[in-house]
Amino acid sequence: MIEIENLSKVYNSDTLSVTALNEVSFKIKKGEFVAIMGPSGSGKSTLMNLLGCLDLPTNGTYKLVDLKISQLKANQLAEVRNRKIGFVFQSFNLLPRATALENTELPLLYGRVSNSVKIAMQALERVGLKHRAHHKPTELSGGEKQRVAIARALVNKPAIILADEPTGNLDSVTGQEIMSLFHDLNKEGVTLIIVTHEDEIAKQAKRVIHMKDGRIVKDQMVEALTC
Amino acid sequence: MLILDLLRMALRSLISHKLRTFLTALGIIIGVASVISMISIGEGARQQTLSTISKFGTNIITIKPGQKKTRHVSTGKVDTLVLDDAKFIEKHVSLITGVAAQVYRSAQLKFGNKNTNTTVRGTGKSYVHLANFEMQTGRYFNQQEINAAKRVCVLGATVVKNLFEESNPLGKTIKVDGKNFIVIGITEPKGALSWFDPDDQIFIPVTTAQKRVFGMNHIQSIDVQAANIEDLELIKEDIAQILRLRHNTPEGKEDDFYVQNSSQWLNSWGDAAKTFTYLLGGIAAISLMVGGIGIMNIMLVSVTERTREIGIRKAIGAKKREILEQFLIESVVISFLGGGIGVLMGIAISKMVSNIGGWETIVSTQSILLAFGFSVGIGIFFGFYPANKAANMNPIEALRYE
Repeated sequence: MIEIENLSKVYNSDTLSVTALNEVSFKIKKGEFVAIMGPSGSGKSTLMNLLGCLDLPTNGTYKLVDLKISQLKANQLAEVRNRKIGFVFQSFNLLPRATALENTELPLLYGRVSNSVKIAMQALERVGLKHRAHHKPTELSGGEKQRVAIARALVNKPAIILADEPTGNLDSVTGQEIMSLFHDLNKEGVTLIIVTHEDEIAKQAKRVIHMKDGRIVKDQMVEALTC
Repeated sequence: MLILDLLRMALRSLISHKLRTFLTALGIIIGVASVISMISIGEGARQQTLSTISKFGTNIITIKPGQKKTRHVSTGKVDTLVLDDAKFIEKHVSLITGVAAQVYRSAQLKFGNKNTNTTVRGTGKSYVHLANFEMQTGRYFNQQEINAAKRVCVLGATVVKNLFEESNPLGKTIKVDGKNFIVIGITEPKGALSWFDPDDQIFIPVTTAQKRVFGMNHIQSIDVQAANIEDLELIKEDIAQILRLRHNTPEGKEDDFYVQNSSQWLNSWGDAAKTFTYLLGGIAAISLMVGGIGIMNIMLVSVTERTREIGIRKAIGAKKREILEQFLIESVVISFLGGGIGVLMGIAISKMVSNIGGWETIVSTQSILLAFGFSVGIGIFFGFYPANKAANMNPIEALRYE
């Protein structure tokens, strides 16, 4: 599903260059549930941006499904993001003036998928928010907002869902609800990658990748004892 | 993303900032309204001028001294025409129904303790017909009075109003530049143009004007009336030939007079009025440009404000082009809206100007299309830079924007 080889990202400014990611290689298979952990500055956000096709690496190759991402142009990257990747952010990132349904529908509109309202409604139903479909984000609780964001991430049936600190802005109870939603999705075959710095969250994944100073320091499977 | 979805999104974003949208559109509204109303005023003035000028008769040929150089500006000597030229034309040119020599100058009139400044026009007896004047009371002067250079005068309606209030002017003696004249007639009012009131003048015999008032031997113009409008060119040629003979102008030398007919005059006036219309329209178009700059300003603010939204859209797969279109459509919708309201307002203003101000105004479909098309063009032109800025944002930075 995902193959990364010697991936590096160097940020250059006038005076200094910072190596955010240093020769990172790993593979993620279909249906995995991976947590990426590490302190701030460890390169996990950079890795996330690269995995999410929001940015291109300085060196190395990234293969998603069978696409060589490193060679794509901006518009092709946009298409990959639209079809293959679902994003869930810490701060939800919903459009404030659109309803839950319209937010969910948006990737379908950009993907020119017909029957978008029906498909978006199904995605909302999947996250248990059908009854809130016509509410705007300001009328939703934090947990509900994150569910809408997950519905939006799901709606195009992407190859992977990338979640960046998805529980960071939620209380622990709601956070746990979101995590169990992720578990359910994973059971249905969705490939999940979660970036987090909370051990509690990372423990719930099946595999944890620890990062530090732009390198992977530990990559281990979690024993199936938490669930 | 389909254009319909983009339009829906643009409308939603504009509706959520109603006041801002309105104020932005206001620049375009004012611009379009002023273009339309200014052009309608200019066009109305032109039409009114032309129709009034054609009231003076289109079968009139005018001969003036000097040389015609450009448009209706004459140069050269101004004393080359004399009264005998007019008499000669009357005698020897065929197919004409009247000849009127003219001298004119502004002079002071006095009656009792009232006085007024007006144009004193010395003419022959046929001028009253040539210039389409009707007599209201009294009569026009006759050939005997012209031959004898009598001090008689015919007053225009405006002069009567200024000099005599209620009393009957007929038979009264007025002073023209200090000389006594007896009033023998009053002309029917013709109605004033904005820059010229044909009723604000008095008529005296041309001989009297030359000898007793102005002290000049030449005349300033000769009007010739053609029997048929089709013969105008023929008559003009005849006149030119005769005058060259009379003036002993050798072959190859330029004429010391020029001949034109009123339709030429009409055309050059029409041209002048058109220039005036363009000028008004041009000034109004500047305000349309300013409106466009207003759109650009607000769109730039809007793009910055919505940086995060742009980031979200890019993250979920919006292409550069789709972001560009989204913002471009917004600015076009603003200018479209402003253009529409502006057209209505422009029509309302021109109606108001004609109802309250009493000016004739003509709203042409051409000016509506022009102003409307221009406003939409401005929306695209001034919306492009902000939209392009949005489209080129880096999604990672845009998502991080607070």
